[in-house]
Amino acid sequence: MIRALALVLMSPAFCASQVPALDASGREIRPPVKVERVYAAGPPASLLVFAIAPDKLVGWTRAMRANEAPFFPDRYAQLPELGRLTGRGNTANVEVVLNAKADLIVDVGSTGASLASLAAQVQEQTKIPYALFDGRIEATASTLRSLGRLMGNEREAEVLARWYEKELVEAKERVSRATEHPLVYYGRGVSGLQTGGKGSITVEILDFLGARNAAAEARAGLAAVPIEQVLIWNPEVILTTDPNYWASVWTDPRWRSVKAVAAKRVYLSPNLPFGWFDFPPGANRLLGIWWAGKLLYPQTFDFDLRAKVAEFHRLFYHREPSAARLDALLGEPGVLAR
Amino acid sequence: MSSRTLSYVLAGGALVGLTVLAFAVGRYPISLSEMTSLLLGQPVGANVETVVLQVRGPRVLAALVVGASLAAAGTAYQGMFRNPLVSPDILGVSTGAALGAVLGIFLSLGVFFIQLLAFAGGLVAVGLVYFIGSRLRGHDPLLALVLTGVVIGTLLGSAIALLKYLADPYNQLPAITYWLLGSLAAITPRDLGVAAPLALLGLAPMLLLRWRMNLLALPDDEARALGVDTRKLRTLVVAAATLMTAAAVAVSGIIGWVGLLIPHAARLLVGPDFGRLLPLAMLLGAAFLLAVDTLCRTIATIEVPPGVLTALIGTPFFLWLFALARRSW
Repeated sequence: MIRALALVLMSPAFCASQVPALDASGREIRPPVKVERVYAAGPPASLLVFAIAPDKLVGWTRAMRANEAPFFPDRYAQLPELGRLTGRGNTANVEVVLNAKADLIVDVGSTGASLASLAAQVQEQTKIPYALFDGRIEATASTLRSLGRLMGNEREAEVLARWYEKELVEAKERVSRATEHPLVYYGRGVSGLQTGGKGSITVEILDFLGARNAAAEARAGLAAVPIEQVLIWNPEVILTTDPNYWASVWTDPRWRSVKAVAAKRVYLSPNLPFGWFDFPPGANRLLGIWWAGKLLYPQTFDFDLRAKVAEFHRLFYHREPSAARLDALLGEPGVLAR
Repeated sequence: MSSRTLSYVLAGGALVGLTVLAFAVGRYPISLSEMTSLLLGQPVGANVETVVLQVRGPRVLAALVVGASLAAAGTAYQGMFRNPLVSPDILGVSTGAALGAVLGIFLSLGVFFIQLLAFAGGLVAVGLVYFIGSRLRGHDPLLALVLTGVVIGTLLGSAIALLKYLADPYNQLPAITYWLLGSLAAITPRDLGVAAPLALLGLAPMLLLRWRMNLLALPDDEARALGVDTRKLRTLVVAAATLMTAAAVAVSGIIGWVGLLIPHAARLLVGPDFGRLLPLAMLLGAAFLLAVDTLCRTIATIEVPPGVLTALIGTPFFLWLFALARRSW
């Protein structure tokens, strides 16, 4: 009798849903007991779900391109393209989401009211629990733990979360020992004239590193600035994500007199398989913290970047890059030296 | 002095005054004595030279060229189509240029190729509209042209929308948005060196033929009775207007208002005669865009999109002028 009761209680039909969990927007999420297939609504979410349990990710928001695929084990690089569900511009079709037979939808990034209501709406439509988590760099560890709990991968998530926390603490400690804080400007776009002010998600790494952002006074968000303004700021270091801008800055007479250009301290962030510095705004930006940290505070960020990058790739991308691939990544003109 | 002459003198004076002012102000402070030294060829700080010759100078001149071109093209089209609501984009030049630029951004090309694609896109779009529009027989040729322009423009617009949709949302989409908003912020001397001659190439035939352009407003048979082949003249005007608008838009992105409302302002001042209208519209267009762009780059740490200010300043100015003038269209 007791055994029969126990069987009933343990049957899938009975415990179809767990104790509800709260997501970062305060919505109650009831995932099924066994979550096997997870739909990630945007790149930052894909990255974390993949890091925790690669076999549970049902697809990428965009198919891996030929230059991105080699960074992942083949079977994961070939996962299908399913589109983005939230953020700027939806490309996913709700029927595609349903067809992916996901047990859980997750998004990592902003947890504001508009995204929360969108999540509630999609959840209502699809009957698939839809959880939102905080995408800020310093929330990464807690987001990893929450995701792990929902997905039933606490152990894997805990390993990653601990490691991430440790790395952030270590980076902060290196920042605190730095004595010189060069004035830094982040130039986006082909002209290098788009940037982000203090508090902007685009320069979250600069804020994390306590860097002196030349454009701190610009608005928090993406902002276009006049080049005359950049000449006044006269930054000592320029970081960029745009290869066209990086290539043209050396010969463009308008930029010639900027200190960073004269001192050859204009650096181009790597962007494979995910960008290091700015976008997508996910856990991948730890690479950008190390990279920018080394460029801004070379005395205290005195570790071997190669080894760190390899470790990040092993933990989050499940494939340790070959020596040749690391050479290509770090030896790209502009990454560490012109 | 007649009121017409007065209009020219005032507009010309305003243009000169604004140009001097535009060189004098900017985010980078340059004193009057530094400016004088530079003009006299005396040594100045490296930054002063860079700011004036590489940054501010090209930008001021570009504002003049773009403003004059858009106003001239708008004036020509409004006269030719006998329609006060027509802007330089009526035959799809800006939309075609926008599609070219958006494609360039989508393919992660450099500035030069983005501009090249924009310029080519503008020319191809109008070429296509003209080719199709002039083959639709049995309609008023102008109506056929306008309708083809509207239809092709919508088609190109949806291609832009598709590319925006497919673009990378973190990186390419903001770049596309900025381009579509229009700006003179990234002008380099090289941009000016390429765009200005092309714009002048378009302006020259229009200025030379400005007295004959009035005939374009007549129905074809009446003009023919006067001995003018309107079809040839129309083709020439469209080619000239397209060339200068495409050159302008390729370096500045899309800046609205100037090409639509400056011709009206000029018409309120000197009447509809094209010979008088064109030079004044060009003066006003150049002065207006220069004033707007000078504000764009000076009032805040960040750039203000000119499209916002053109409407914000232009609208009350235009209504004021409209209320003041007694002259009919």
